[in-house]
Amino acid sequence: MRAIKNIKSCFVPLPIENVDTDQIIPARFLKATTKDGFGKNLFRDWRYENNDESKPKKGFVLNNPAYKGSILVAEKNFGCGSSREHAAWAILDYGFHAVVSSFFADIFKNNALNNGVLPVQVSEGFLQKIFAQEADAELAIDLEKQKITICNTGEEEAFEINAYKKTCLLNGYDDIDFLLSIKEDIEKFELVKTY
Amino acid sequence: MGKTLFEKIWEKHIVKQVDGGPSVLYIDKHFIHEVTSPQAFTGLNKRGIKVFRPTQTVATADHNVPTLNQHLPIKEELSRLQVEALIKNCAEHGVELYGLGHPFQGIVHVIGPELGITQPGMTIVCGDSHTSTHGAFGAIAFGIGTSEVEMVLATQCVMQSKPKLMRINIEGELNKAVVSKDIILYIISKISASGATGHFVEYSGSAIRSLSMEARMTICNMSIEMGARGGMIAPDETTFNYIKGKMFAPQGAEWEQKLNYWKTLYSDGDALFDKELFIDAAEIEPMITYGTNPGMGIGVTQKIPTVETINENDKSGLQKSLTYMGLQEGAPIKGQKIDYVFIGSCTNSRIEDLRMVASFVKGKKKANGVEVWIVPGSKQVEKQAVEEGIDKILADAGFQLRQPGCSACLGMNEDKIPAGKYCISTSNRNFEGRQGAGARTLLASPLTAAAAAITGVVTDVRELLN
Repeated sequence: MRAIKNIKSCFVPLPIENVDTDQIIPARFLKATTKDGFGKNLFRDWRYENNDESKPKKGFVLNNPAYKGSILVAEKNFGCGSSREHAAWAILDYGFHAVVSSFFADIFKNNALNNGVLPVQVSEGFLQKIFAQEADAELAIDLEKQKITICNTGEEEAFEINAYKKTCLLNGYDDIDFLLSIKEDIEKFELVKTY
Repeated sequence: MGKTLFEKIWEKHIVKQVDGGPSVLYIDKHFIHEVTSPQAFTGLNKRGIKVFRPTQTVATADHNVPTLNQHLPIKEELSRLQVEALIKNCAEHGVELYGLGHPFQGIVHVIGPELGITQPGMTIVCGDSHTSTHGAFGAIAFGIGTSEVEMVLATQCVMQSKPKLMRINIEGELNKAVVSKDIILYIISKISASGATGHFVEYSGSAIRSLSMEARMTICNMSIEMGARGGMIAPDETTFNYIKGKMFAPQGAEWEQKLNYWKTLYSDGDALFDKELFIDAAEIEPMITYGTNPGMGIGVTQKIPTVETINENDKSGLQKSLTYMGLQEGAPIKGQKIDYVFIGSCTNSRIEDLRMVASFVKGKKKANGVEVWIVPGSKQVEKQAVEEGIDKILADAGFQLRQPGCSACLGMNEDKIPAGKYCISTSNRNFEGRQGAGARTLLASPLTAAAAAITGVVTDVRELLN
């Protein structure tokens, strides 16, 4: 997995609540057997008229050249619905390395963390401050210090992440590497489990 | 202090507690399907490792399979390649596969219970968010991503932080024509599509106790639609009677031993929950959704909310939802014309669902211009439906009985609802484009869906009952 330390970038605002994983990557694109290439279909049906790449929807933020950067900022309950990890793969493949919201759906959060996409949970108030920024405003995310800053104003907020996951992200470790390293413990557990 | 049902099971499955981090949770049963497993097998192959405990994983093909002519090769190339990848991966790694053509094939959350694989006290995962269905047996069951599928294949464990716990008590008797789908749609409409995020939910109370296992599965199935990590119901005689004699159920002395253990699986009287809700069953009427998340539901006789009357959670999204749905604030939902009826999915495709529909539509005909798809949850459900003559009743009504799969619930195969068309659906999600780009989904119970099939409009099924 790719490591994350600091991210400083402009952001793409998506002020919509309950963005579900069917919007992030519609089911018809889940037929691939690899993890690559999902970015071009990220938010497919919000991006294009009638599924036609030559007809981008003007009002949708990914089609607005004023907004760019590696941070996506969305309203609450981002990533709800289906457990499809393809949603995290699509976000990463498109070029986002962090998603900021006032809270995330549980499965999406795990999937993001398992792919080196940092979910940054901020207060509703701080989220609105971010949305109030101009298009070229930058955000700085410091994973080591667990802090997100609006660069123009200097306003900052701390965010939570458990210590284990933080170590994984800072070093690019996978959960699966860790689990394989404790296989003996798992085998012992199987012999003594009490049910 | 006493323990909750969740805690009793969770604690027995902790292999290791990571400092400052999640628990390493041992998984008893793992279900896989063709869509969320190929990349996990690729991961194993890259590492040069085999599935650690192949007998604890069971595979089926369901999400991306046709529901007509399943005996023929799959026409769509990418779908065929995905199903072939599952066959190859299972063969190489020694995993049991109930693929197309197998008498046990079906939707992963239908076949686990009906084969007796799903049992109380287990930890169960699958790369599908509706894995919460299995919680109806008093199991900790939840959906995982593909990275976690790879972890389970490699080590039979996942890493999970202990969720918060919520209990929802539903007491009293249900009204006429109110079924378990209405209960769960009602709950989600009350607490919103994110109201249980971070929590594992236990459903209890007399209204839950009175439900069959299949009805309980419908409730636990949709726990994820309010953001819950999973849902569960303490096992009781209804549970034990359901499991007994099933193909993979314990037998003889082992049955007695398991039964004694299962009877200890309930929340103690003094157990504490982080959150507790109380619902009067009598408040619930047949439900239907009008919007684009499952929390946007109302009683079928009620009016679509306005910006003034809607709850805070859905206020900002109301207009966007109604524009997509082509519906008006404050308008009645009853009488809304529909084009398609889909009765199926891991929520409502079991034999009791089909019986409910058949007993209602017997002797009736579908409305002109309405297309009705009934997609059974499994080959076994399909076989049972034929044995009971349900297939003939449905055919006489003009309903099309198809072959098992996830079908129009997510529209991965060719079963898609065309853009702009209204579909009353017994599935679990009414998200934009879920049933096909531009499709407009109204979630409801099998009974309410069947009533709409007959009248061609959203109908209060009670008006059609004697």
